Amino acid sequence: MSEIPGELRYASSHEWVRLEDDGTAVVGISQHAQDALGDLVFVELPEQGETVEVSDEVAVVESVKAASDVYAPLSGEIVAINESLEDSPELVNQDPYGDGWLFRVRLANKAEWGELLTADQYSEQLENEE
Amino acid sequence: MGNRTPLYDNHVRAGGRMVDFGGWDMPVHYGSQVEEHHAVRGDAGMFDVSHMTLVDIQGPQAREFLRRLLANDVDRVREGRAIYTAMLNEQGGILDDLIVYKRGAEDDYRMVVNCATREKDLAWMKEQAGNFDVAITERPELAMLSVQGPKARERLAGLLEGERARQVREMKPFRFAMEGDWMIATTGYTGEDGVEVVLPGEQAPQLWEKMASAGIVPCGLGARDTLRLEAGLNLYGSDMDENITPLEANMGWTVAFTEGRDFIGRESLERQRESGDHARLVGLILEGRGVLRSHQTVLTEQGDGEVTSGTFSPTLGESIALARVPAGASGAVEVQIRKRQLPVRIVVPPFVRNGDKAFQET
Repeated sequence: MSEIPGELRYASSHEWVRLEDDGTAVVGISQHAQDALGDLVFVELPEQGETVEVSDEVAVVESVKAASDVYAPLSGEIVAINESLEDSPELVNQDPYGDGWLFRVRLANKAEWGELLTADQYSEQLENEE
Repeated sequence: MGNRTPLYDNHVRAGGRMVDFGGWDMPVHYGSQVEEHHAVRGDAGMFDVSHMTLVDIQGPQAREFLRRLLANDVDRVREGRAIYTAMLNEQGGILDDLIVYKRGAEDDYRMVVNCATREKDLAWMKEQAGNFDVAITERPELAMLSVQGPKARERLAGLLEGERARQVREMKPFRFAMEGDWMIATTGYTGEDGVEVVLPGEQAPQLWEKMASAGIVPCGLGARDTLRLEAGLNLYGSDMDENITPLEANMGWTVAFTEGRDFIGRESLERQRESGDHARLVGLILEGRGVLRSHQTVLTEQGDGEVTSGTFSPTLGESIALARVPAGASGAVEVQIRKRQLPVRIVVPPFVRNGDKAFQET
């Protein structure tokens, strides 16, 4: 069973989101997603300052075997990207919920947070996928 | 549930992630594709390739039949040697690529063809066999293990005795020997030294476990693909198919225009060779970050081409690809990756040979 931290919210397309006190949210891909992709070799991140809408293709994570789109789980402005992934994309494999985060977004619509899956709901989705 | 090789349970026990491959349940990796790749380049890895189709071609006219059926000429090699070739249709399109093992010059050959093309290949062979006095016999009871890497022979030989051990240690590349109910061949699909062992399926699990205990790393189809691509070896269905000729697939060296030999597809190939304006399969190296993938468009002054296989090369630490480009394209060109056009260099594969960078610039 994949690790699914309880304090995070999830998108059905396997992104996780952590809400910060300053009104921004950190986004990454789940343990399950990184495991399914295998060894990551390249991550294409959005531009800082870019504005994204929910479910926009906002980043691409590429493993040796395939490229996979990452969708914006929330609308808003990209205020930071994880630049260390440029040289070390494997951080996403090693620490998907920590050093392997992808980008930080300033929420345009806080109601969207409530529409994301809870850890229990995401866990249930994974069980149904198996 | 798909077909299973005799090693299915061994794969599952070793943590293999099983996927469907041409109707077979096969391991794509056992944890890390990249670590498996490096094991083959630096030490020794083993692949279960029992899903591949083994076909024996025997009978008084086996040689004559194969000289008609195949684009390469089995007369080019002596008994005990293997030869790589394509089987073509009348238009010169590649029906499959395969290796032929010459056991008896006139009357006894073994072929290893792709599993995804099995039915088509067998039907074609039987149709072409028409008036030839040959028997075409599939050998599904045999398993095939590919043991590859600079230490593959040493590690495997240490588990064997007598003549089998000696053959594994000493045999020169692209040869084979029949040793009892085994066939030991120095062929492979990785660009490394190594051997392939064909043996009765029921003996395969024991050999597999012994090899694993001797430090030979189980490797899945994922590593097999990155290794073959680094070695500049084509994959049927990606780099070539029925609409592509050997000349368009960097396989001109596998066609023998021996005088007077009327092989299937010869006329079409001769016309194409004379005109010389056909597309070429070349190597690409991506400048900078990103990953080349199949079906991306290659932009050249001579017109558009297409990536046929692309990956990130674990050995070189950069992205490499095979691509089909118009005649005359060379040097610096571009590839369209999503919204961006990125610079790539056209090179001559292989990209990696025996663990080291090997490509030449154009």
